[in-house]
Amino acid sequence: MQLTRRDAILMGAGAALVVGLPLRAFAVTGDEAIAAFTGGAEVSEGDIKLTAPEIAENGNTVPIEVSSDSAAEIMVLAMGNPEPAVATFKFGPLAASRSASTRIRLAGTQDVVAIAKLEDGSFVKASSTVKVTIGGCGG
Amino acid sequence: MISRRDFLQTSMAASAILGASGFGQWGRIAAQQSLSQDQLLEFDSFGNVTLIHITDIHAQLKPIYFREPSVNLGVGPNKGEVPHLTGADFRRMYGIDDGSYAHYALSSGDFTALAEGYGRVGGLDRVATVINSIRADRPDALLLDGGDTWHGSYTCHHTAGQDMVDVMNALKPDAMTFHWEFTLGSDRVQEIVEGLPFAALGQNIFDAEWDEPAELFPPYKMFERGGTKIAVIGQAFPYMPIANPGWMFPEYSFGIRDEHMQKMVDQVRAEGAELVVCLSHNGFDVDKKMAGIVTGIDVILSGHTHDALPEPVLVGDTIIVASGSNGKFVSRVDLDVKDGRMMGFRHKLIPILSDVIEPDKEMAQLIDDVRAPYEEALSEVIGKSDSLLYRRGNFNGTWDDVICDALRSEREADIALSPGVRWGPSILPGQDITREDLWNVTSMSYPAAYRNEMTGEYLHVVLEDVADNIFNPDPYYQQGGDMVRTGGLGYRIDITKPQGQRISEMTLLKTGEKIDPAKTYQVAGWASVNEGTEGPPIWDVVEAHIRKMGTVTAPENDSVVVVGE
Repeated sequence: MQLTRRDAILMGAGAALVVGLPLRAFAVTGDEAIAAFTGGAEVSEGDIKLTAPEIAENGNTVPIEVSSDSAAEIMVLAMGNPEPAVATFKFGPLAASRSASTRIRLAGTQDVVAIAKLEDGSFVKASSTVKVTIGGCGG
Repeated sequence: MISRRDFLQTSMAASAILGASGFGQWGRIAAQQSLSQDQLLEFDSFGNVTLIHITDIHAQLKPIYFREPSVNLGVGPNKGEVPHLTGADFRRMYGIDDGSYAHYALSSGDFTALAEGYGRVGGLDRVATVINSIRADRPDALLLDGGDTWHGSYTCHHTAGQDMVDVMNALKPDAMTFHWEFTLGSDRVQEIVEGLPFAALGQNIFDAEWDEPAELFPPYKMFERGGTKIAVIGQAFPYMPIANPGWMFPEYSFGIRDEHMQKMVDQVRAEGAELVVCLSHNGFDVDKKMAGIVTGIDVILSGHTHDALPEPVLVGDTIIVASGSNGKFVSRVDLDVKDGRMMGFRHKLIPILSDVIEPDKEMAQLIDDVRAPYEEALSEVIGKSDSLLYRRGNFNGTWDDVICDALRSEREADIALSPGVRWGPSILPGQDITREDLWNVTSMSYPAAYRNEMTGEYLHVVLEDVADNIFNPDPYYQQGGDMVRTGGLGYRIDITKPQGQRISEMTLLKTGEKIDPAKTYQVAGWASVNEGTEGPPIWDVVEAHIRKMGTVTAPENDSVVVVGE
């Protein structure tokens, strides 16, 4: 049987545990959410890949994908949203593929950030600007 | 049919006219020209593979006039780089003589005088002659169509693209990619694509629901030509649902997807491709950036931004070929491929000067046949212009000035907005405007001329948003196209500033007052990407206006002040 991406996503749903962040009375800024996730540890570049469109086709449902070979957890943030924290994906030691994809809502043009906590306890980050435009006319 | 002798005589006659109109220098130079079809097609075959590229025809079956832009500004790393050189700067860059046919075909400046001397350009019957001639030399040349083919004319609209499908099928392309085709709606696109006798490619055309490659459009096709395995990878226009109405093709998602492009390149190389060609509708600056990110593409055949370049641009080991628009050019690219590598290339951008290149008889007949049912409507004269009407330019074009005048007058609005598209042929001063001419600059499947109230603040947001789609220094954030045209509204733009800070001094021209962010204005426009937009089709609005005017005039437009060029 050939595995399609569609099948993989469905199977992946079991492998990656999606942790919804608890609702809070007051919005936490992106930097605060990052600090809480990293405990203030240094965040460098490294084994984390974030795939997002340069320009969103629909700001209400923007497909993004994160992957890393050595991540234990990956946190995704939409830095310009009123509630920047989007999701945290946790991968067990037996996870065959440490990648996850989801769709997020973006309030406007902003940076989407992915921070991975690697198995060695260090943190790495990837960032991508996603433009949300009212659209218009092409060539 | 115009023979070479007739052409010379035409030039002579034109030179007399030109002499009288004060463009004597061009008249003399034109008279010295002795152009022939053989000269235009002259090419020393090279290597073992030939590619023929045509793109952005916009349904122009017949010869037309087409003025290239005089304003086409580059930003960031592309400031002052091709294709962002125009007029005399462009000619100096490529060593093109003033008054030469290359001046006329490739650059702006003295357009009217040169058009009178050199005549119309394009016509798919002439294109057929050029393609047949290349195939006579290289029978297994690949013909690749970069898209924006099934859009842009009266007959294309009324046949839902069938006229172009029939004519292009007769040219026997090997592959095609897409942009405006999708504005026919996804059902019609599917109907046509399922019957195409050639490959419909797009590595970046995805299923919107599952975000995986759409089955109807394979990412690439392998060819074996001249003993060489060639992979052609398609790249459709990345921003289709943003620049055009996404609700007309909700099943599809696009994007640049350069990582997937890299995957496809690696895949075709693994399958034994010795030459990798990307048939792209990215736009030139996007292609340049992509060529620096994706490794292993030998040739990018670039479309969308309508640039015509007499030489390929090199990025690393990739050559990028830009072949103009509206049927005005065909590129021939000969390649020497040995041991799985591109060792060298020879290239020619062939201008389709319609008085020099003989029409192919069969194709001429086919074109006349598809047009026959509409001939009466097409040829009806609706008015005249005493100005040169053209579209290309970053901020305005005289055709758009006429359209904006029509919108304000017929829809009783303070301000008019017209989309910054780059298709649409030109009209010479004194020329009649036929219904065909009008449709050539307005034809589309979402033509409603709306009239809305907009606040000054919202107008500012609109201008800033469009400006960032053109002047964002990162090409991946550019959609191609030009600035939305404004009628009745002047502004100042600093193209070096970030979004939100480029546009200032917005002025309502009829009173000279500054635009008040809190105040509401009556705005008429067309080509809205929003579903359910109401209003009469733009061609009816402009036709009514031209009929009332009799003769239209488009004076110098200085309502946009540009800073940071």
